[in-house]
Amino acid sequence: MFRSTIKKLFLGMIVVSSGAAAEGPSDRLKEECSACHALSEVTLDAQARMAQKAPPLYYAGTKYRRDWMVSWLQNPARIRPGGMFSGNHTVVTDDGDDIDPITLQDHVKLSANNATEITDYLMTLTAKSDLIIAGEYKPKSVSKRMGEMNFIKFKGCGSCHQAEPDYGGVSGPELYTVFNRLKPDYIVSFIRDPIVWQGVSLMPSTGLNNREIYKLVDYLKLLSGEN
Amino acid sequence: MRCQLAIATIFAVMVMAGQAGAEDGNRGKVLYKAYCSQCHGMEADGYGVNAGYMEIQPKDHTEAKEMNARTDDDLFKAIRDGGKAINKSVLMPAWGKNISEEDIWALVRYLREISATED
Ligand code: HEC
Ligand code: HEC
Ligand code: HEC
Repeated sequence: MFRSTIKKLFLGMIVVSSGAAAEGPSDRLKEECSACHALSEVTLDAQARMAQKAPPLYYAGTKYRRDWMVSWLQNPARIRPGGMFSGNHTVVTDDGDDIDPITLQDHVKLSANNATEITDYLMTLTAKSDLIIAGEYKPKSVSKRMGEMNFIKFKGCGSCHQAEPDYGGVSGPELYTVFNRLKPDYIVSFIRDPIVWQGVSLMPSTGLNNREIYKLVDYLKLLSGEN
Repeated sequence: MRCQLAIATIFAVMVMAGQAGAEDGNRGKVLYKAYCSQCHGMEADGYGVNAGYMEIQPKDHTEAKEMNARTDDDLFKAIRDGGKAINKSVLMPAWGKNISEEDIWALVRYLREISATED
């Protein structure tokens, strides 16, 4: 074990020094981004999930839309109002628990060139694509009123997610831009079973049927179209 | 050298065993922080960060009077199958797919501890 650690240290030195000579997107990811983002397979438990610093990127090509990522990396607007785990950013006050925004860091900003280069590399990371049924989601229209009632009252998604800026739960990522961010078939798959992606999820897996899932995604599509 | 290694190994095993023991006692607390505090609050008083956006308020788990009215089986069922299963609000989610039965029992014991109530 000791020997393999030395080997790893040694390999690490080679990677860093060769990176300085000719820096490609994968070197840059390893050097700058891997401090927070997982770049290879990890399975979490509840404790590790609470300590998770950033979303994993090793299946980025399966999950994210390319164009969204290129523009977000240049202008990273906050996605998770309560951070990666809201409990790490919560202050207890007399009026109840609240998110302390000072504890939330701004994301590193990339130039247009770097954002494109890194995104194109990330799009080649297509681990876990077996969890997706490609082309499964076929959009249908839904009224804003019915969609909202379903989302908040019947399915309880609004308890943890914002369906519009500054309104809705803060422990999950905002969902008013999610349809622009993530591939539709990934969204379907995630709602169907949030646990399989990282081995643990702070979102309840409630066994919704396909019709219920598609209806929710129709509503998320409507929200993103309006923004 | 070999003797040192053996002592080091025994020591490491002891440390690990100690940690495992402590983790067991803390299990309910850790799980509560991860899954429940977002709605029920860091202090389990019902005022989690999401509570202000919910039409039905999450239960105050430190309230002994109400907790006394529930059996352990009631609490277990509420956590595993959600509010709907016990004729309460669907805004209390079903956690049975996320959390193992063993861990749900650890949560029930933790709820008893913080409300100073019994089955
Ligand atoms: C200090 C930790 C940290 C570093 C370093 C970091 N990130 Fe992030 N990254 C985060 C966090 C936290 C989020 C979630 C942001 C949010 O919710 O608004 C995030 C979000 C993202 C997202 C959006 C994905 C999503 O689902 O939210 C992308 C893409 C991304 N980072 C790429 C990168 C790249 C590329 C680098 C290296 C150039 C990098 N990050 C470096 C912490 C980090
Ligand atoms: C108890 C809080 C909670 C509830 C209720 C909840 N979610 Fe989530 N959701 C989360 C969290 C936390 C995440 C972040 C991923 C994780 O922890 O696994 C998430 C992630 C997501 C994502 C992925 C977003 C991204 O940017 O990665 C989607 C889509 C989503 N939820 C949809 C829904 C829908 C639809 C519902 C209602 C059926 C719902 N959620 C109910 C907490 C919740
Ligand atoms: C999305 C927010 C939310 C999350 C997350 C949540 N709860 Fe709840 N919980 C509620 C609401 C709302 C109620 C009140 C339901 C009612 O009174 O109709 C409730 C009620 C309860 C009850 C009382 C049921 C009764 O007999 O009256 C228990 C027990 C409970 N929750 C345990 C938990 C545990 C344990 C967790 C974590 C595994 C958890 N809850 C996570 C929202 C939540």
